[in-house]
Amino acid sequence: MSDQFYVRTEMLEEQPAPLGQTGILKWSRENLFSSIPNSIMTIVSVVVVAFLLWEFIPWAWQDSWNASSRRECLDSTEITGACWGVITERFNQLMFGFYPHELQWRVLLCFVLLIAAIAPVLFDKLPREMLWFSAIYPFFGYWLLWGGSLWGPIVVIAGFVLGYLVMRLLSQTLGGLAAMILAVLTPLIWWLFFAGAAADILHGIMPVGIEAVKSSKFGGLSLSLIIGIAGIAISFPLGIVLALGRQSDMFIVKTLSVGYIEFIRGVPLITLLFVASVLLNYFMPKGTNFDIILRVVIMVTLFSAAYMAEVIRGGLAALPTGQYEAADALGLDYWQSMQLIIMPQALKISIPGIVGTFIGLFKDTTLVSIIGLLDPIGLTTAIRGDSAWNGIVWELYIFIALMFWVFTFSMSRYSMYLENKLKTTH
Amino acid sequence: MAMADQTASGSFRLSMLIYDTRYRSMTIQIIVLMLFMLGAAWLVDNMLTNLAALGKPLGFRFLSDAAGYDINQRLIEYNSQDTHLRAAVVGLLNTLLVAFLGCVIATVLGVVIGVMRLSKNWIVARLMTVYIETFRNVPVLLWIVFSMAIFIEVLPQPNAFRGDAATASMLFDAFAFTNRGFYLPGPIFGDGSMAVVVVFLLSIVGIYFFGKWAKARQEATGEILPTFWIKLGILILPAVIVHFVMGQPITLEYPELKGFNFQGGIYMRNSLIALLVALSLYTAAFIAEAVRAGIMAISHGQTEAASALGLRPKRTMSLVVLPQAMRVIIPPLISQYLNLTKNSSLAIAVGYMDITGTLGGITLNQTGREMECIMLLMLCYLIISLSISMVMNIYNNSVKLKER
Amino acid sequence: MKKSVLLGTIAAVGVLAGAASAGTLDDVKANGVLKCGVSTGLVGFAAPDANGVWGGFDVTFCRAVAAAVLGDSDAVEFVPTTGKTRFTALASGEIDLLARNTTWTFSRDVDLKFTFVGVNYYDGQGFMVRKDLGVTSATELDGATVCIQTGTTTELNLADYFRANGMSYEPVPIETNAEAQQQYLSGACDVYTTDASGLAATRATFEDADAHTLLPEIISKEPLGPLVRHGDDQWGDIARWTLNALITAEELGVTQANLAEMAAGTSNPEINRLMGTEGSLGEMIGLDAEWAQRVIGVAGNYGEVFEANIGESTAIGLSRGLNAQWTQGGLIYSPPFR
Repeated sequence: MSDQFYVRTEMLEEQPAPLGQTGILKWSRENLFSSIPNSIMTIVSVVVVAFLLWEFIPWAWQDSWNASSRRECLDSTEITGACWGVITERFNQLMFGFYPHELQWRVLLCFVLLIAAIAPVLFDKLPREMLWFSAIYPFFGYWLLWGGSLWGPIVVIAGFVLGYLVMRLLSQTLGGLAAMILAVLTPLIWWLFFAGAAADILHGIMPVGIEAVKSSKFGGLSLSLIIGIAGIAISFPLGIVLALGRQSDMFIVKTLSVGYIEFIRGVPLITLLFVASVLLNYFMPKGTNFDIILRVVIMVTLFSAAYMAEVIRGGLAALPTGQYEAADALGLDYWQSMQLIIMPQALKISIPGIVGTFIGLFKDTTLVSIIGLLDPIGLTTAIRGDSAWNGIVWELYIFIALMFWVFTFSMSRYSMYLENKLKTTH
Repeated sequence: MAMADQTASGSFRLSMLIYDTRYRSMTIQIIVLMLFMLGAAWLVDNMLTNLAALGKPLGFRFLSDAAGYDINQRLIEYNSQDTHLRAAVVGLLNTLLVAFLGCVIATVLGVVIGVMRLSKNWIVARLMTVYIETFRNVPVLLWIVFSMAIFIEVLPQPNAFRGDAATASMLFDAFAFTNRGFYLPGPIFGDGSMAVVVVFLLSIVGIYFFGKWAKARQEATGEILPTFWIKLGILILPAVIVHFVMGQPITLEYPELKGFNFQGGIYMRNSLIALLVALSLYTAAFIAEAVRAGIMAISHGQTEAASALGLRPKRTMSLVVLPQAMRVIIPPLISQYLNLTKNSSLAIAVGYMDITGTLGGITLNQTGREMECIMLLMLCYLIISLSISMVMNIYNNSVKLKER
Repeated sequence: MKKSVLLGTIAAVGVLAGAASAGTLDDVKANGVLKCGVSTGLVGFAAPDANGVWGGFDVTFCRAVAAAVLGDSDAVEFVPTTGKTRFTALASGEIDLLARNTTWTFSRDVDLKFTFVGVNYYDGQGFMVRKDLGVTSATELDGATVCIQTGTTTELNLADYFRANGMSYEPVPIETNAEAQQQYLSGACDVYTTDASGLAATRATFEDADAHTLLPEIISKEPLGPLVRHGDDQWGDIARWTLNALITAEELGVTQANLAEMAAGTSNPEINRLMGTEGSLGEMIGLDAEWAQRVIGVAGNYGEVFEANIGESTAIGLSRGLNAQWTQGGLIYSPPFR
């Protein structure tokens, strides 16, 4: 078979792909210059970005971190742009407000513990016993931040324990609803008439406490976080009630819930903050006084409860009808089916939405500066009220924007991660 | 069970209000209503007592007093001797103006950016991601302050246009972009301009009917007319022809530097522009995300089917993908419109006199009537919000997939 | 403190117990702290420093009252208030005293039911312009763009002034001094108007302070002073005479430096009455005899407080002008301590 004919008898050496088909050239041809409009867009984008950086970097890249006043920056020949000294000097204030230096570990500890308190709610794998910590955390956190006697939070918790005990003991003898009403009333009476005295007595017997810190000392980013977190945490149970109310068959309950939700969602937060700052005292009996942070937290809670209710309603609506029907088929009554079947699933679906609400609320806390609280933006006014820093604008705003960005961006990324993780479908 | 029910219904006992499911919901509702009314009555009673004690009982008479302050941006006639009520209306109109323009701009930007974020161009897609993440994650109050600060720092002041050594100049001698705002030529309606306006309005009606006809024709014959250009022609040509036939009754007034400021023409204030820019850029970032989610929700098969039918990518987008994506996009869009409207209340940060600035700002400060002012303010926003969501819900229902 | 810990929870439940209030003086003594409303930040008048310690002209007054009542000038809780929240904060009892350069007007005194305890700074609304505009009088401002700091009487005065002179203008209302300053500096407005003291303070911080000038016209009277609620005369007296003690001390030459010497007893009976070594003025006002010594001990007399915070040696550089002692041709005058 010698008439076999080969064009070539030996294998060709492997050649690298042509220059235009590999590496950066190929990549840019495909991704940047695939067509004429695309090329134009690429060039325009590059020019815009380059221009912005060209303007920004020389301004921002200044060795002015040690300047002690704006005047020093203006007079210095080396500093031709940003005067970052204000950040160095006021960093602590922008973070903690006027919270005493030596006590700031309490604020940090409070936020660290918050993570520990949220963890068991988000991850099923952690031991269930940790939920106990989550339950007492709000009181403990409050105590850490504001200080004072430890007995204060303890007698408040005692009220809840009392209510629970009443519920447990009496539900057998009196029946569900009556026991429930009593279980609500007993703690109320306890808190109103006995708790204060009990705390005083206990404190007299065994004084356990840490140094108290006044609300007026709170400020900076930690204030934004406190308002945001407290608003979300307290609005959570309220939101559940409102969401259930909105889905309820009972006409009056439904009307009230819908009315409330639509009202709150229809007005800007700033008007509610005006209410907190100037009107809330009018709605209380004469002589009642609670400090502005508490009033703001109340209004922010009422505000986010409406948004929370909508998020949870979304979670309830997303559950297949089969779940409701299955619960009915098992013979569970309304509360049982909600507690055991519907809510655990609905809340799980809602977690990304709740994180989203939180991010929105956290950003909105900047509005408290308009009513005179010293959150980071409010502090800019106070800092510029110092004659050393009067007239400083960009450095503060850029720093604050960056601070918020870091927080909200990482939270939104985390929420996306959670969303993927919580997906139970395949 | 049925037996038990029947015997029970024979004799009514008080405990049935709690234990009998037929009455229980009634009982609960009545208790809830009573608690609600008690609470509300308690609050209102406290309020009335407190206000009376302060010597300013609830009343709206102050609204008819002279306001005493001036408002720069006004859509209706107003001077400092007009009433507080009129000042509030001026503010309300300003709110509506910024909300409307903001929604329009934010929608356009949002759709463009949302589509561009899905672009195959690597750098464009990345830039849009950076844009979205930057704007979404920084409080809108900061953006408003930023945009105002950039606006007044970057643009030249009117003084720069003055004299021989002017460092800035007007565009075509007609447009002046200063840090006090934009000055544009404004039309002056002379005698006979009515005819031009009427013709112009008629052409808009004409465009609507042409659009209908063109669509019917396309469905009947399959022929696609260059509708955009024809519509544009209908819009402009007749009015222009009438304008010249009538002897040019509409003239343009050009802004001119007189005294401290440019005079004449249309003046768009810096506060309005800065607020619009900040609100629409901020909201556009959210809308872009909604648009992206909407487009991604359309299955790839739709795009492939469209290209199999020979549609060009542009037409695929506008005829196949976007109309379907709309159904996913509209609900979040409604809430973004609402957010934008509510965020416009931050206008006080840049000195734009919206209703929060007039009724909830200067009027409140001058009269000391916090209760009435803030209640009215909330009512106004509530009405605006409810109207927006009503209109958008009607639209939403009209584009909904009609299931058969 | 224990009760206030509980208050959070109790309030959240929605049930509130009204605290019976006796007199403001008793409340302040019981709390051990004076709640004083100040501005959120105004150069020279009230601002926190890097350590969160408040300082300024108004702040010193708060400290003086705290020193008189509680014996401790640091026993003050400063509550930052805005133009909107200041009056409600005082009316509702959230603060005991408002020292936030507030103009004493008829309606605030009578209609809003506050008692102004005196004037600690005589001010008036003025205009600042760039020198190169060539404007020398406010009557030449027809058609100008005017930046106004809102939330005060400023916009009303301005509207009246321009209407009375038949001029038109373009008002640019700005919430905070910082933003107004920025707009003015970048040329977005021709004129900046607010209280003359504020203008001077603002101008002092400019890079090119000499390129700006204050116009001679002062279009309003703005007597700024601390105020308390109507109806608690004892508390009003304490605030009023604290201010008067500061003023009288300057008139009589009592300074922080020679305070101890003066307190030891002098030949001047009025100084002795002020220092509490003669007569029983302290008892009459419901305080101890040395109250005025402590008031002056905080930061010296009126003149010293002025110089230290807003005077010519500071960055703000205000001259005494109307705020000189009456003996020096100013308006600062205290009734006698007798």
